[in-house]
Amino acid sequence: MTLNWFKLASPASFYPIAGRLIPAFWILTALLLVVGLYWGFFQTPDQLGGSNPQREYYRIIFIHVPSAWMSMWLYVVMVGWAAIGLVFNTRLSFMMANAVAPTGAIFTFLALWTGAFWGRTSWGTYWDWDPRLTSELVLFFMYIGYMALHSAIDDTRRADRAAALLAIVGLVMVPVIFWSINCPDPTQCAALHQRSGLGRVDGNILFAMLIMTLAFWMHSFATIFMRLRSIILTREADSQWVRELLNPEDRT
Amino acid sequence: MLRVFWCVLTRDLTLALRRRTDVLTTLFFFVIVVSLFPLGVGTERQVLQILGPGVVWVAALLASMLALERLFAADYEDGTLEQMLLTAQPLSLLVLAKITAHWLLTGLPLVLIAPLVGMQYHLSDTAIGVMMLALLLGTPVLSLIGAIGAALTLGLRGGGILLSLLILPLYIPVLVYGAGAIEVSVIDLSDTQPYLGLLGAFLLVALIFAPVASAAALRISVE
Repeated sequence: MTLNWFKLASPASFYPIAGRLIPAFWILTALLLVVGLYWGFFQTPDQLGGSNPQREYYRIIFIHVPSAWMSMWLYVVMVGWAAIGLVFNTRLSFMMANAVAPTGAIFTFLALWTGAFWGRTSWGTYWDWDPRLTSELVLFFMYIGYMALHSAIDDTRRADRAAALLAIVGLVMVPVIFWSINCPDPTQCAALHQRSGLGRVDGNILFAMLIMTLAFWMHSFATIFMRLRSIILTREADSQWVRELLNPEDRT
Repeated sequence: MLRVFWCVLTRDLTLALRRRTDVLTTLFFFVIVVSLFPLGVGTERQVLQILGPGVVWVAALLASMLALERLFAADYEDGTLEQMLLTAQPLSLLVLAKITAHWLLTGLPLVLIAPLVGMQYHLSDTAIGVMMLALLLGTPVLSLIGAIGAALTLGLRGGGILLSLLILPLYIPVLVYGAGAIEVSVIDLSDTQPYLGLLGAFLLVALIFAPVASAAALRISVE
């Protein structure tokens, strides 16, 4: 069987597929969350570090890091769909970009929020003007700007394209966040966000962190598809298939 | 090509100089905002020296942003912009000419008045020199990036507030390195080089990409 990808690009045919996928993604989210949280709470060391250890509260990392990763990744996804929409002029791509934005903004907010609580317990401050914190805040503003611009323009076509262009311009922020560190060598200085590699993290912590990231990813799929379905319905409200879907008895 | 650039540039400058108050409003906005801070935070010499660079840059950011609304608005309203979109000349070149004119009218006056403002904040002569250089490199970046936002929000209700939401986050790198250059110049003048180098790099990147992006944004907004 060959799959016709272009058929999926039509809102009418993607609507039922998304509907069938949503429960699957929710189940995956729940399973991964259970595994990730169990592993994070019970299979990892009680404290980290030597002379001045991080105690139980370091477990916030299992929310903080995955949501920070997702915040950046979803921005890239959003820009990807926006760019596809601008290039190929496909309606569904713009709707997809639109559906991604709120989830991305929520993850960005979550990363900042959990970071504030972590910072309070370990460094005694909710906020510090660390480069990565600041650039993550800017990413949050970029998401807000995207949504604000989109909702300010009444003409959907113009709104889609203008917001897409803005998102593409804002893409410069993602590498800045990714590489913003104020301490290049952790043996020489200490900072909130040091350079680190996945290889340096304890195996159990890394496992829990990656499972949580997957869980967040599946959650993003589920929420984005749910939002996408309502966007499709709103925008295609005048089309025949939506009318038939909403009032099955009208069918003649 | 150069003739078109020159033609649009002189046209915009002539138009602006016929209504000089618009240019002066931006300049006085900058001066007033900068002058308000000492009244708010106290007039101690040391406090002002620390605050000075940041305040000047934030005021420059706001002044340049407020002036952005006028960049395309008048041409959009009287239909000139549509004619520009229809010409055979590359739109990004026309946009670049408009941005240059905009910078000459709003950015350059800020650079020139900077010494006066610096004296209000008791900045040293070297710091003032570095401030002028940083503003000279940084304010064109503000105009270039801002043009994208101005093009995107063309003709929208509440465009001004929206514009600030879209553009100010993108202004942050310029603010950080612009103010940073002045701050380190107090410690060691040779330390300012990487800051100014980065501002120059921002300028070059913005010079290449911003006119193209603004042109694309104009086509989206006017179609």
